[in-house]
Amino acid sequence: MLFFSFFKTLINHTVTVELKNDIRIYGTLRSVDQYLNIKLDNIDIVNLDQYPHLSSVKNMFIRGSVVRYVVLPQAEVDTTLLEDATRREAANQANKA
Amino acid sequence: MERHSVHENPTGGQSANAHQSLTPQNVVAPQGPLITQGPPQLPPQMFTTAAQLLDLTDKKLVLVLRDGRKLIGVLRSWDQFANLVLQDTIERLYAGNLYADILRGLFIVRGENVLLLGEIDLDKEDEIPSTLKKAPFEEVFELKKKEDNERKLSDKTRHNKLQPHGFEPEHSGEVLF
Repeated sequence: MLFFSFFKTLINHTVTVELKNDIRIYGTLRSVDQYLNIKLDNIDIVNLDQYPHLSSVKNMFIRGSVVRYVVLPQAEVDTTLLEDATRREAANQANKA
Repeated sequence: MERHSVHENPTGGQSANAHQSLTPQNVVAPQGPLITQGPPQLPPQMFTTAAQLLDLTDKKLVLVLRDGRKLIGVLRSWDQFANLVLQDTIERLYAGNLYADILRGLFIVRGENVLLLGEIDLDKEDEIPSTLKKAPFEEVFELKKKEDNERKLSDKTRHNKLQPHGFEPEHSGEVLF
């Protein structure tokens, strides 16, 4: 659940999502769920002319399973904190097992 | 703009962004001493597939499937796997600078085939890019078949060249559009 929590901290920030079919979508992260499905607002598509079906789309829901990368705003990511959280999560998992 | 910590505040205090449809008893009101623990958090109910799809319900959407089909219809129902029901659906084919619409009707789409769901901005709906021309279905279909075959061939060539170097095709060889 760590990455779910992590993505929640990025809500209302702009991210770029690259899908497995190479579409890159730039937009404001509106919502994320436990499958890492993503909802973006005010989207901009890189190379929109190649994807005419998205020309009238403003907000979209992306199924988590088709996401290749999410490009994050660097200023909003505290890698030390994230590393720390990862260790804690790993420790929790070890305790459970 | 608010910041959220990586660690969830278990009380999930109400924030300005809280979804309006949440019933008051679902939202734990922030309690005095807990406020000092960190910034306000959205209630956990915001973070379900259901919550994400709820505000797309009854809207005109473009659904892109994993096989590249583009369906345009009204979202009527859904579940946590993003299985969807679309009403009054048309399929729009694109090929080259042509497009064509085919009436399809009612769809139940299994969630795994969903790539994305885009809400159509009704103000911009009719602004089809000027480079695109509407054409008869048969013409677009033939052109699309040709394009698809060309793409399949080039994918195959690339795969054959990459495989000796130890590259496995992405998404286990399945082509996503």
